[in-house]
Formats: sequence, C-alpha cells, structure tokens
Amino acid sequence: MYGNDFSAPDDAPGGGLLGEVEAAEAALREAAARARRGGPAPDEDLEAYFADVIDADQKIEPRDWMPEAYRKTLIRQIAQHAHSEIIGMQPEGNWISRAPSLKRKAILLAKVQDEAGHGLYLYAAAETLGISRDELVELLISGRQKYSSIFNYPTLTWADVGAIGWLVDGAAIVNQVPLCRCSYGPYARAMIRVCKEESFHQRQGYEILHTLAHGTPGQKAMAQDAIDRWWYPSLAMFGPPDGDSTHSAQSMAWKIKRFSNDDLRQRFVDMCVQQAEILGLRIPDPDLRWNDERQGYDYTQPDYDELLQVIKGNGPCNRQRMEHRRRAHADGAWVREAAAAYAAKRAEKNKEKVAA
Amino acid sequence: MSERSERTGKAGAREHSPLWEVFVRARRGLAHTHVGSLHAPDAELALRNARDLYTRRQEGVSIWVVPAGAITASSPDEKDAFFDPAADKVYRHPTFYEVPDGVAHL
Repeated sequence: MYGNDFSAPDDAPGGGLLGEVEAAEAALREAAARARRGGPAPDEDLEAYFADVIDADQKIEPRDWMPEAYRKTLIRQIAQHAHSEIIGMQPEGNWISRAPSLKRKAILLAKVQDEAGHGLYLYAAAETLGISRDELVELLISGRQKYSSIFNYPTLTWADVGAIGWLVDGAAIVNQVPLCRCSYGPYARAMIRVCKEESFHQRQGYEILHTLAHGTPGQKAMAQDAIDRWWYPSLAMFGPPDGDSTHSAQSMAWKIKRFSNDDLRQRFVDMCVQQAEILGLRIPDPDLRWNDERQGYDYTQPDYDELLQVIKGNGPCNRQRMEHRRRAHADGAWVREAAAAYAAKRAEKNKEKVAA
Repeated sequence: MSERSERTGKAGAREHSPLWEVFVRARRGLAHTHVGSLHAPDAELALRNARDLYTRRQEGVSIWVVPAGAITASSPDEKDAFFDPAADKVYRHPTFYEVPDGVAHL
C-alpha cells in the first residue's frame, strides 16, 4: 500500500479496483492454462479460428492471424493511449519545480516517471501489431493521431495536481481495469502493469486533496476550485454517450472493450460521491442525486460539444501541448543522432577487436 | 510487449534506436522472465533504460537485454508439426509407468 490509505475498508488491496486487477491477472493465467494447444488446424478457416479464440475468452497473440480491422482498431486505441501517457506528463510536469514540499516534489517526480514508463509499455504493445514506434511518434506529431482530451486543460494551482491524481487517474483506472481482460494479450498484460501503478497515482492525488481540504480555509478553497474545474472534463474522458460512440459495438464484440462508455462513467460517478464526502469537498453538480430505482447516482452529463471541440484541437491547451511535444522531438534530434553514431562506432570497434 | 509480429521484426532494423527484449530475474534462485521491450541505441543504454523502466519497484535483481533481431521465434503455423512429437511420447513422463503395490521410495 502506498502512503496513507483514506479509502473505505472494503476498498483495501484485495478488494476494490486493485483487487479486480489481480483477478484479471489470475484470469489471464487461467485462460493460458486451458488454452487449446497449437494454432488453427491446417484446413481450419482462420476467421472461424479467431472467433473461436475470442469466444473462449482466450488471448490473441502477436503472431496469430487477426482481421485487419481488429489490428487497425487496436493500433489506434493503444497508440492513442500511449500518446496520452506522454502528453499527460506536461500538465503535471508544470508543477514539479513549484511543488510545496520536498516530499511532494519527490512523489510528483516518481509519478511523472511512471507516466513515461506507461507510455513505453504501451508503445511496445502497439509495436507487436506491426507498426514501429517512430511511425507512431510521427503520427502524433503530425496530428493524425489523438491523445486524451483531458490533457488539454491547464493546471492552474497546486491543487490541480491533486485533482488530476484523484479524478483524472481515477477515471483512467475505471476505464483501464476492464482492459486488463481485453482479448489482445500484449495490451491486457500492459494494462495489468499500468493499473497497479496508476493506483498509486490516484491515491497520492487523493491524499493531496485530503491534506488541502483539512488545511487552512484558503487551501480548502483551492482544493474545491480544482475539483470544480476538473470534474466535467474527467467525466468526458469516458468518451461520447453510447448512442454516439463510433467504435463501441465492434470493439465490444471483439472483447477489446468490455463495458460501454456510459456504464463506466456511471461507475466512476458512484465511486466519487463517497470519496468526495470523506474529503469534505463538493462535486460541482447540483443535480447529483441517489436514484434508488437504478441503484446509482443521477448526474449531469458533461458538455459533449465542448469535448468535441477539444478533440478537434480547440481546447485551452491543445496548441501548447503539441508545440511542446514537437519542440522536444525536434530539439532532441541531434542527441538521438549522437547516440546512434556512438553506438555504431562502438560496434565497429568491437568488430575490429574480434577480427584482430 | 512479447513476441513481435513478423512485420515489426523487419521495421525494427531500419530504426535509429533498435528494439531490445528485456528479461528480469525477480529474486535469487528464479529464472529470468521476459518482461517487455524497449528502444535504445546500444546495449548499455538498453540496460539503463530497462533498470528505470522495469525495476522501479524492486521487481528484480538481474536484467538481461537482447537485441530483438537476435531472437528467432517459432511460428504459430507450424505449432502442431513442431510440438506434436511430445504428445505421442507419453512414456517420457514418470507417471506413464505403473508401480506395483507396496513398492516404497520409487
């Protein structure tokens, strides 16, 4: 367990979301244990074989046959996910030099380092589908692939770092835990790794807000302001409502996605209400109410027109984020070339040594 | 994150910063296990990146990095032909043999 645990007793490791990650990991091993040995029979239809593997809740592996559309949709989803981890380092990185204590600064550094690691795991998973990381980086930089809309919002105060941990990473986990059971093996395995670490991020964010909410009135107001600004963008992270989601039906049939956008959003809201109560902070939704019939909270939907605008590139920080990423890539070109030249020189020298 | 598809195997060779497969031994006495892959210009940087990337939380005591291009993998198409001989040689398992009642230490 990382740091102080403020969550309810039933949310301790072994239960709650972390418990689900562990269950998914166990299921992965079980699936491997009952997998049919060998690939398709020589006369077996590849499509039927693929469907068979998916139906049996088995994993598709890189060298298995898969429909071209399955490959494409996975590349799109995993790459976007990887890009989000990389761009997501910017809003938080904005506060590294200004973190209020050495401890908070060290934690934030560790967290941003994790995000870089998540980006790399995910790029590696995408690469198993037959695309290179260089190509993916090019697709991001040229704006042909997207990253999560949430990272186009600015971090205006220290409390935003807490709100990102609690709400943004919280929404990410709710979204990602089911992906631990995704039908594509490398993605499922990467998600298990990511979720375990993401759980640290969510808790550290919650702790920041808890500390602020129990500090001076000024600190509490800062925490409330951060939640007020991050709540709806976090709800929008789950994507458009089910009726407007273009990829959902096929992704669910292929067991890439296991729950609909709206189901996950509902789950997130239900979790947050109780957590906000313990923080002593208010979720900025006057229409938030328990619905006894549905056994869930009624809540106000985020502004999907705004989401669309942000995805199109018109959010508050889209240009800044992309410019920063492009500049880092361009300015780093000579360093990459130097490293490659040095590696080539050393390889040459080793060859001479062997020959001599 | 694990075996490459055939397409990436080829793409990897052109790159600046080739692909490496990473194996970590979690504790003394265990075998090295494949944990993932990464890009690095040379073996030393691959090792350093692997340290940062895969052992941030005391996951291991030893790391191997191998250029992905140096690995030859079996193909799923030939799985049956390749692995089947094991199936019809059940006598390779000790459980194949019946032990008469009353024999000890066998």
